[in-house]
Amino acid sequence: MPARDATSIAWFRSVGAIFMKDWRSELRTRYAISALLMFVVTTISIILFSLGSESARPEVLCGMLWVVIFFSAMSGLSRTFVMEEERGTSMTLQLTARGSAVYVGKLLFNTVLVTGLDVLTVALYALLINGFVIKTFSIFLVIVLLGGLGFAAAATIIAAIIARASTKGTLYPVLSFPILLPLVLTVINGTRLASDGAFFEEAYGEFQILISYIVVVIAVSVLVFDYVWKD
Amino acid sequence: MTVALTASGLRKTFNRRMIFDGVTFEARSGNTVLISGKNGSGKSTLVKLLTRVLTPSAGAIALSAEGCVIPEIHWPLHVGLVSPYMQVYDEFSARENLDLALTLRGLPPDAARVAELLDDVGLIDRSDDPLRTFSSGMKQRIKLAFALIHNPAVLFLDEPMTNLDAAGIALVRRVMQRQREQGILVVATNDQTDVDAFETKVDLDARP
Repeated sequence: MPARDATSIAWFRSVGAIFMKDWRSELRTRYAISALLMFVVTTISIILFSLGSESARPEVLCGMLWVVIFFSAMSGLSRTFVMEEERGTSMTLQLTARGSAVYVGKLLFNTVLVTGLDVLTVALYALLINGFVIKTFSIFLVIVLLGGLGFAAAATIIAAIIARASTKGTLYPVLSFPILLPLVLTVINGTRLASDGAFFEEAYGEFQILISYIVVVIAVSVLVFDYVWKD
Repeated sequence: MTVALTASGLRKTFNRRMIFDGVTFEARSGNTVLISGKNGSGKSTLVKLLTRVLTPSAGAIALSAEGCVIPEIHWPLHVGLVSPYMQVYDEFSARENLDLALTLRGLPPDAARVAELLDDVGLIDRSDDPLRTFSSGMKQRIKLAFALIHNPAVLFLDEPMTNLDAAGIALVRRVMQRQREQGILVVATNDQTDVDAFETKVDLDARP
C-alpha cells in the first residue's frame, strides 16, 4: 500500500476513534446532553410563559427559535474540549493523535449533538409555540442542516480556544457571539423565508452564505488548530 | 530500527521566567537518558518539550530513524509517555483505554496485544472494569500499558514510580530494562537509585 494511502487511512481511523470516544463517553456521563436538554426545555418554557395566549409575528418567532438554539448550543458544545482539559486528558490526545484529526473528530461529534438539538428544539417549538408555521419545508430543512454544521464548526474551534482559560463559562458565549453573528443572521433570514412560503430558489443566497461560512471556518480551523490547542 | 533523539540548545521560558537554557544531548537506540533536578527545575517541562507537547522557546529537537528525520505528525507512532500529569479516561475500562491508545494513533485494534499488555501489568482480571474504580497505583499501571501499546522507539517516564507498590516498581524496572534493549529510554526523576545505569545525564540543577 502506498505510504500516502496508509497515512490517510491512519488519519481517518484516528478521527473515528476520537468521535467514538466522545460519543461513548457522552452516553456514559451525559454531560453535554443533559446541559442541552435542560437549556432547551427551560428557554422554551420561558418563551411560552412570556407569550401567554398571545401569538407573536412569524418573523419574531423565527428569530426566537434561533436564540433558543444558539444559547442551548453554547451551553453544551464547549464541553468537548473543556472536559479534556479538566480531566487532564488533553495531553493524552496531543501525544497520540494529529491536531487535524482531533478537530475533525470533535467537529463530527458536535455536529451530531447540534443536529439532535435542532431536531428536538424545532419539534418542541412547533408543538408548543402558537403561530410558528413553516410553509416551505425544503428551505427550512437545508437551513437547519447547514446552520447546525456552521454552529458546530465555529463552536468546536472556539471551545479549543477557551478550554485553557480560567473563565471558560463566561468567555464562551462572549467569544462566540461575534463569530457566529453572520451565521445567526443568515439562518434567521432563511427561516423567515421558509415561514413566508418563499420558493426554494429564493433562498439560494442564504445557502451560499452558509456554505461559504462553513468552508471558511473549517478550513481556517484545521490550519490553526495546532497553534490554538498546543502551547 | 535504529533511532536517534537529538536535543540542541533547548531553552524554555514562561512569560519572562527562564526555566532552563542550553540543554543539549543525543541518544541512540540502546541509550538511556536521566533528567534530574530539584522540584521546579523543569524536568517535566523538558519532557513535555521532548515529546512535542510544548514548543521550545529556542533550540531544536529531532527524532530520526535510520538517519531519516521523522516528521512531527508521525511522532505519536514512535513516542510513549508515562507522567503524573497525563491522564487516561476514567469512564472507560482498561481494555477500552488500550484500544483507544492504538486507534487514536491511527493503528488498527489489536486484541491480542491489548490482552498481552494487560497481563503484563497485572490487570487482566480487571480489564473490563471502568478506571474510576481503580486505585491510583492501578491507574499508573494502565498509563504504563497505554504508553507501551505501540512498542514505542522512545519511551519517556516522568516520575514512573509514583503511587506504585513493590510489585509495581518491579514492573517499571522490567519495562525500563526491556526499553533499554530495544530503543531509547528517557527518565525524569528525583530518585537517585540506579543513577549509574544511565549513559546520558541531564542535570537541570547544574544549569542557569
